[in-house]
Amino acid sequence: MPEPDRHISELADHLFRREAGKMVAALTKLFGTGNLQMAEDVVQDTLLLAFNSWPVKGIPDNPSAWLFRVAKNKAIDCLRHNRHLLHADPEESLPAGPDIDRLWKPELLQDDMLRMMFACCHPKIPDENQITLILKTLCGFSTVEIAKAFLIPEDTVSKRLYRTKEFFRQEKLRLTIPSGIDLESRTNVVLNAIYLLFNEGYNSTQSENLLREDLMEDAMMLCRMLTEDKHTQQPEAYALMALMCFQCSRNKSRLSPEGEIILLNKQDRTRWNYELINQGNEYMNRAAYGDAVSAYHLEAAIAFEHCTASSFDTTNWPQILNYYNWLYRITPSAFTAINRTVAIMQVDGPKAALEALQNIPANNKTDQFYLYHAVLGEIYIRLGDCANARLSLEKAIQITRSAAEKRILREKIAALLN
Amino acid sequence: MKDYILLFRGGLDFEAASPEQLQNNMLKWKTWMDKLGAEGKLLGGERLTKTGAVLSGKQKQLSDGPYAEGKEVVGGYLAIKAKDLQEAIEITRDCPIFENDGSTEIQEIVKM
Repeated sequence: MPEPDRHISELADHLFRREAGKMVAALTKLFGTGNLQMAEDVVQDTLLLAFNSWPVKGIPDNPSAWLFRVAKNKAIDCLRHNRHLLHADPEESLPAGPDIDRLWKPELLQDDMLRMMFACCHPKIPDENQITLILKTLCGFSTVEIAKAFLIPEDTVSKRLYRTKEFFRQEKLRLTIPSGIDLESRTNVVLNAIYLLFNEGYNSTQSENLLREDLMEDAMMLCRMLTEDKHTQQPEAYALMALMCFQCSRNKSRLSPEGEIILLNKQDRTRWNYELINQGNEYMNRAAYGDAVSAYHLEAAIAFEHCTASSFDTTNWPQILNYYNWLYRITPSAFTAINRTVAIMQVDGPKAALEALQNIPANNKTDQFYLYHAVLGEIYIRLGDCANARLSLEKAIQITRSAAEKRILREKIAALLN
Repeated sequence: MKDYILLFRGGLDFEAASPEQLQNNMLKWKTWMDKLGAEGKLLGGERLTKTGAVLSGKQKQLSDGPYAEGKEVVGGYLAIKAKDLQEAIEITRDCPIFENDGSTEIQEIVKM
């Protein structure tokens, strides 16, 4: 009789999810990107076999090795049955035997995932499709889970995946890490996708969970791979890694046990993860190598100031404002502009902040963002203009889809009325 | 003690499930089956694939697949021991299939 719980506790959290990403990447290299679906099917079949067999036969001593072995056998079967298909394009023909034997070498797996990341982030693939494909192939998200994470219909996710796979088929994309002058720009596209993925986790648009730690972890895992590979370890990658460490360090203090938002000035700073802050510092030091100052550098520098301030009031706001001014010159986005006014309010007061907010060029369409109205509301509160404060906060409530954001905005209105 | 067969229908959609869902669901099945095994109530069982055929009637008419609807197909079976139908039902209540809206048919096996 098998001992019931022994193996269960040994089975690592997210084992299937982690190994699925590696296997899809390695098999896509083997089958060619045009046959991504086949790679995904082999992996799904493999996991299903584990699903059926492990409860009956017990969890194997080395679960990963078991998965890899089964997937390899299925892959060989697949190649045998699809010779014609694979030979249709000599560029993607099946490799000689030894390559299959080396399919799961750890150092190759990491490389395969990197290559897959670059394929997902091909400049001709739209941003949202890049992230969708990364989540599906490398992070083991299902169509339903992606739809939930981004509050979009499942159908939209399926279409995005379908289009990107079609693109792979038509372009016969090779799984390569770009070289030469392309490398830097292509890496920046990958970094952008990781950044967007992380932001979705950090401030999820999903109405129930404001924080999606799984998305944040995945973004960090992917970025860490970039920093570990000698081709892709550019300063921007280190800076983004630093930024993510700093942001994640505050996860535990950002929400109350009931899931309510705790604003920065009310957070318990002893609950911040100082180990992550230290890691962030190390990445920051490496990011300082060379003379590139990217948006990630500046955002990380801002996050660093917040992480190392002993209290909200002693935060080095003038320094933060400096960084925001610089950031706004590099990326004059609506989001940067609005956040910059928060720093202005701390340094020069609400009147200056109001002026700055009103001076944001109209083409930025800042008033589409709930954050614009939330910040405007806060500025009016500080100016003592209750009527306008209320109007702005109500507008913000209308726009945000997050239930927790709505609640905290309502609290502010309630405080106004008292 | 009597023997019962449990016929499972529906449950997790394997083709659409994510690796994480498969792992979590698998562990729940394992926990449930391990408990039955430890209590000496598990006789055996198998999972079934979706491929099959139905022969029916005097004409032995052949049709593809057991049913058109995926959730109507028996996806697996277990044979268990229980004191009576009531206990077999209680045992089945803990089965993870219900989390994904599946169903389980419980039938006593005629002992010969």
